[in-house]
Amino acid sequence: MSRAQKTIGVLIPLALLLALVVWTFLFLIRYPPTVEAATTPGASGDVNVTMQTVGSIGTGNHPTWVSYLIKRSDGVWVHTTVLQVPAHTTVHVTIYQYDSGSALRNPVMNQVLGAPDAELDGQPYSLWTDTIGHTFTVPELGISVPLPGIASTASNPCSVAPCGPSYDHHTVTFSFKTGGAGTYTWQCFVPCGLGYLAGFGGPMSTFGYMNGVLKVVA
Amino acid sequence: MSAATSPRNENRFHLRRLLLVWLVLSVIATPIVFFVWGPHMPPGDMSDNAKNQQFANTLLSTVATPVVLFVWVYLGYALLFFRRKDASDEEDGPPIKGHMGFQIGWVGLTTVVVLSLFVYGTYGLIVPNGVGTGSGASPIWTPAGYSGLPQYNKLFQVQVIGQQWRWTFRYPAYQGVETTQLVIPEGVQIQFNTTSLDVIHSFWAYELGVKADAVPGANNIAFAVANRTGNFDIRCAELCGPLHGAMSSVGRVVIEDPDPTLMAALLASAARTR
Repeated sequence: MSRAQKTIGVLIPLALLLALVVWTFLFLIRYPPTVEAATTPGASGDVNVTMQTVGSIGTGNHPTWVSYLIKRSDGVWVHTTVLQVPAHTTVHVTIYQYDSGSALRNPVMNQVLGAPDAELDGQPYSLWTDTIGHTFTVPELGISVPLPGIASTASNPCSVAPCGPSYDHHTVTFSFKTGGAGTYTWQCFVPCGLGYLAGFGGPMSTFGYMNGVLKVVA
Repeated sequence: MSAATSPRNENRFHLRRLLLVWLVLSVIATPIVFFVWGPHMPPGDMSDNAKNQQFANTLLSTVATPVVLFVWVYLGYALLFFRRKDASDEEDGPPIKGHMGFQIGWVGLTTVVVLSLFVYGTYGLIVPNGVGTGSGASPIWTPAGYSGLPQYNKLFQVQVIGQQWRWTFRYPAYQGVETTQLVIPEGVQIQFNTTSLDVIHSFWAYELGVKADAVPGANNIAFAVANRTGNFDIRCAELCGPLHGAMSSVGRVVIEDPDPTLMAALLASAARTR
């Protein structure tokens, strides 16, 4: 074997190994994009967050998975669950719920907690005893809002994200006030990972679908 | 070679000096570990279980102190006095031959220490009532007032429900109110009935010294009495998924009140706000 052949025989495995290391590193640091809350018009200092839940995201590695999306201030829906809001600020949240519902595993999740002004389709509500599609829950902040599922007989359900207002949906609004800076996990507590063990696999256990982080920045 | 400078006498001289240093340090350090450090050891003294665990940690540390000191003192002594002085000397040291007295002493002492700790540890697992560990659905060592039949059970019942990724707490005696904050009264024997809705979790009320696996479809019972009011940390002690690290909560021990309406009001408040 010539010197050149030996060199190539060493360099190619090394290059492959390096590529594997880089790919692994990039895979591990992969993170959904962050969407900043939009400032409310006027001088109140409040901010607005708009999200939607869909029965299937329709794109990416898992097109059939249920997911949250967050709306950027320029109106573009982003497939992410990383949300950034300012500290010591009132956050007004609007969630468009396009997914259908199922029974809860833990009935405590059917209560609105930590958001006394919650409204469902314009009506105040604090409890939802019918099927629930998802919840928006930040355990560390004591916030949990159930998102009722659309009726199983809905005539115009949305199948692929992002969904528009012409599809059947519920609109849930609520607000909460942030404290000091910090990073808080939030998630859905309805076992909506269909086809996975106890409904808690797949999108329920994958960052960027039904769980994410709320970044509260100073 | 005179007897005074023979290797045997030299070894005895080193041994005596080494043991003297070790003895002095042990006499100083061991009481410090027991009396000064001990009261500050985890998990504190918020409950009867925690006190027991704290004492166990103190006892183990106290027993270990002379052992650790012996290792350190010998290491330091060897570095100072037994290091190679002549760089060209690469010969092995003289072989160590058996010493019956030393071997009997070594084996005997370690046996006594380990067996004593075994007996103490076994006793400590039984008294009081499993020391806060999950004892299954039919615990053997139970406090007064416990009964496997709910209608005869006089303990304060809390159902601890784990799910990915949070804890909720249900109070059968208060119309089954379920909260996400654990509230328990001071000075009252609590019975935690731990279970899970999905995967295996582990309910760990750190300052209360309670740790019980939460297993789907099973009831794992643990007991505790909180000695004083205050907050305590609750964590999941079993890797249960991506947000396992976020599965934490803060519990409260409140003043025991003969009027059950106060407790009911506290629980209702906890249910609304957390």
